[in-house]
Amino acid sequence: MNIDKRLVRKDSLEKLFDILKQNSKKIYAPVTKNGKTTFRDTASFSLISTGYIQTTESSKDIAFPRTEKLLDYSKNKEGMSVKGIDLKDIPEVILWGIRPCDAIGIGELGSIFNWDYKDEIYNNRSSKVTVFGFSCNKSDEYCFCTSVGGNPGNTEGSDILFTRMGEDGDYIAEILTEKGQAVAEIASGIFERLETADKEKFLADVPVKFNHNEISEKLDKFFESKEWVDQSLRCLGCGACAYVCPTCACFDIEDEAHGKNGSRVRCWDSCGFSHFTVHTSGHNPRDVQSARWRQRIMHKFSYMPERLSVYGCTGCGRCSRACPVDMNILEHLISIQEVTV
Amino acid sequence: MVDLIKKAKELIETSAVKVVIGYEEGTGNKTRALFVEKTEDADRLIFDSRCVQNLAAYITKKEIKDKGKMAIAATLPVMRSIIQLASEFQVNDSNLLVLGITPESKLVEFANLVEVETFVHQYQIEIDARNKEMLDKLEKMTQPERWKFWIDELAPCFKCYACRAACPMCYCSRCTVDFNQPQWIPVASTELGNLEWHLMRAIHLTGRCIDCDACYNACPLSIPINLLTKKMLLDAKEHFGGYQPALKGDHLMSTYKPDDKENFIQ
Amino acid sequence: MAEFEPKIVAFVCNWCTYAGADLTGTSRIKYASNVRIIRFPCTGRIDYMLLIKAFDEGADGIIVSGCHPNDCHYTSGNFHARRRWIMFRSLCNFTGIDTERIKFSWVSAAEGARWADIVNATVSEIREKGPYTEYHKVSRHAEKEVNHG
Repeated sequence: MNIDKRLVRKDSLEKLFDILKQNSKKIYAPVTKNGKTTFRDTASFSLISTGYIQTTESSKDIAFPRTEKLLDYSKNKEGMSVKGIDLKDIPEVILWGIRPCDAIGIGELGSIFNWDYKDEIYNNRSSKVTVFGFSCNKSDEYCFCTSVGGNPGNTEGSDILFTRMGEDGDYIAEILTEKGQAVAEIASGIFERLETADKEKFLADVPVKFNHNEISEKLDKFFESKEWVDQSLRCLGCGACAYVCPTCACFDIEDEAHGKNGSRVRCWDSCGFSHFTVHTSGHNPRDVQSARWRQRIMHKFSYMPERLSVYGCTGCGRCSRACPVDMNILEHLISIQEVTV
Repeated sequence: MVDLIKKAKELIETSAVKVVIGYEEGTGNKTRALFVEKTEDADRLIFDSRCVQNLAAYITKKEIKDKGKMAIAATLPVMRSIIQLASEFQVNDSNLLVLGITPESKLVEFANLVEVETFVHQYQIEIDARNKEMLDKLEKMTQPERWKFWIDELAPCFKCYACRAACPMCYCSRCTVDFNQPQWIPVASTELGNLEWHLMRAIHLTGRCIDCDACYNACPLSIPINLLTKKMLLDAKEHFGGYQPALKGDHLMSTYKPDDKENFIQ
Repeated sequence: MAEFEPKIVAFVCNWCTYAGADLTGTSRIKYASNVRIIRFPCTGRIDYMLLIKAFDEGADGIIVSGCHPNDCHYTSGNFHARRRWIMFRSLCNFTGIDTERIKFSWVSAAEGARWADIVNATVSEIREKGPYTEYHKVSRHAEKEVNHG
């Protein structure tokens, strides 16, 4: 489908929100609590946060919830009865306000849920999301999308991409997919004719900081390096980086049992936790933090590109911002690039 | 901090210690932990008011301990944590040397942990005014209002356990939440799972927390979980006269007085 | 519609309260049957997590009971328990848990009638209050989304 470039006036954004709400659309938008921005089901335009360079949490919650019930079970005289979730109950949603890096992340995350086993539940949730991306007018020292093949105005992954023309300007709206087209048709008056506009000049400047191909190649020979120990000494082994990351997909499945009944639940997990790889025997192949840090980097920059042909990192910088001990992933990658093997 | 850098170099050169734990410049205006093992790295050591991370979280970590004897640049909260850890047999004079940094930012060399304890006991653990105000506000709410407040505040928690990881007192190799036979605390980050995790954390820190705010500072979602541990500190003062970390003797929750007072047991 | 009957879980020590409850039975004193008694060697063994789990699993009220101070079969178990209960009750109160639903008592092996009184009083108080829906309806198995405005 050809990209349909339109103009959306800055005051029309609220009208667009209201029209979509009137059409019973669920809208997940960034809202702020305690100074941190996360995506929530938002009832009113006035609650949406603006002015953030990047949200604290990613929007992966929308297709890969932090806690998700997979089934209920019940033991009775006849045996076990199991009731799975009904995919029809999963609602359609509009994801409002994600950055182009996050939009690419949706595809990267999806590849993990489809490589050997097609995760029906994930795919169903994901297919019901319409993505409203918002290009970046600003970036900060944590951003590095351009180093991993992205850019602040990238259209990949969005259904409609909005680019603001300056701090207080109107928006260029690029309607990129049929899904985007369907939504635009509900609010056709909002999407006006656009005289020519150069999107590029309104985008943030994000200088390339490292060569990702070089890094991927180097990592092949880097497994036994002492660098991993030096880099990970201050890492506390919490799950903050994995949880805020748009492409981290590790999960734990557990049964919450109450006597004869219970539910099987899938929750987020992190390869950084010390018990992540503990076997039932008690053996732990990754029993030091350096092995776990190495896993994180290798998975994102070596194993995923090699096996799934996508990167495991979008350069959004959230992990570095959220980390309580400043494990700055950009800094670590640059240092890997600079170290001689 | 020139004195600190000099001292760190001396300790490494003479092999008195194998690693000096301090602070260095981080990204933007942040500071972060630094592990000095070579004298040239000591030049990166800094100290100023931004350095609030509780470094005592590192002295129980296998990767750091295995390097040999440690030295640690310790502000008052870090010193308190160290004494508390020592009283729980997690560190001692043979594996730790404390380089104290006074509230006036002066370097003090302690010969042993007893000297650190003497220093620490000059100061009472006081809850800061802003949090005291919040605690008072919560006290004045009704029970249903408080319930709603906490369920709402804790709901965004996604169980990353950064609070646990950053707390020097959470050094258990296998935390209660890591058990599933039985599953004491629901793993899932639901309203219930979050409430029970934070309740449990506050309970396990009763009498051990020294009010460093590492938990709150570590939380990626800035949830005020330190209010729970501060409440336990206030209660300890009210009911039992408070507590201080002490090398020998009475832990708040592993001792008792035959005349401990309460008004709710029939 | 059937009248609400509260589910009460009682955590009691073997040597005093449990024996006391036994005496209630052998004395043929009738008392409310809503209580499920869990026997511990000593109140000092009662972990906070057990009390939380009781509410978690559907209890509307909890009774915790043991030997009188100075009468503990293990000398000091109940002293430790008392200190724990002071802090735990305050924390629960602070987080908005209805601490009126948790009753603490000292009941000796000779106090059969008193055990019946405590149970009856607790049951009728909790029956008045109603089920602990506030706790029970909190999202537990990811049914409800975390939602903020």
